[in-house]
Amino acid sequence: MAKKQVNPTRMELTAQKRKLITAVRGHKLLKDKRDELMRQFLILVRENMSLRLEMERGLAGAAANFILARAVIPSPVLDTGLLLANQEVGLEAGQKNIMGVLTPVFQFNLRNPDGAGSYSYGLSFTTGDLDIAVKSLADVLPVMLRLAEAEKGCQLMAAEIEKTRRRVNALEYTVIPEMRETIKYITMKLDENERSNQIRLMKVKDMMLEQAHHYEEKAWRER
Amino acid sequence: MGDRDSIYGFAAVGLEVIPAEEDAAAGRKLRDLADGGYAVIYITERLYKFLEADIAEYQEFVLPAIIPIPGASGSSGMGVEMVKKSVERAVGSDILFGNEKGGG
Repeated sequence: MAKKQVNPTRMELTAQKRKLITAVRGHKLLKDKRDELMRQFLILVRENMSLRLEMERGLAGAAANFILARAVIPSPVLDTGLLLANQEVGLEAGQKNIMGVLTPVFQFNLRNPDGAGSYSYGLSFTTGDLDIAVKSLADVLPVMLRLAEAEKGCQLMAAEIEKTRRRVNALEYTVIPEMRETIKYITMKLDENERSNQIRLMKVKDMMLEQAHHYEEKAWRER
Repeated sequence: MGDRDSIYGFAAVGLEVIPAEEDAAAGRKLRDLADGGYAVIYITERLYKFLEADIAEYQEFVLPAIIPIPGASGSSGMGVEMVKKSVERAVGSDILFGNEKGGG
């Protein structure tokens, strides 16, 4: 493994050890964050999927109804009728914090919540087909709004999870092993220095003793 | 936002309708909406595909939520595809809906 160039000193060793502790701790925290995000995400994404399917079914139905209405009612009448909306959707956007990910929360209020008089056109020139069409669309509307919330939340969380996962993996497979390697390298280098120092001292001691007592000379003379 | 036939009905239920064709003006309109304080923008799948690059810029912001809806020509399964894609992005592979058939 490619090792970073470090000075094999005690100070560096302490610094690296401290860094390793931080990295391991960060890794654990990020891993927890990822797991929890994933759990929340899976709940949200299931909701998202079912809402989307519901909406697509609803819209398909509404579109079919509109085609029917369009076939019966002359186009200018239809256009003017639909242009003047009686109903208005007010939208309040808030934010919710899921594990540090800001997701939107929408609260919508209809101007005519009970749906009374919600048909914007005169009933004399239109048929019931249009009423049905508009009604079917109005029914899908709440689903669409909930979907907007869920889908946007999912997208944001997916991005966050991806980011977190990368960080976790980078720590687990690159940063932490690299630090362990460095620490090992420094320790070995220090031990090596220690040993060579020891040997040097022993040698010097021998030489000094030799100088003081002339062991070798004595041994030679006694022979 | 979308072609007129797909969206005119929404005016009746109180949404604001912005007719747009697949041309350069559509991108500008989308930007105007997104920067103009709209929180949710529904956009037909066909136009969504056309404006994908513009939409991607808004992906990381909390608002607006730009949501594809099937147009008059019916659903192309793109919305479902997108949900799957976000699962894939988060998990690494599509573990939830992989064996289910998309579309609706």
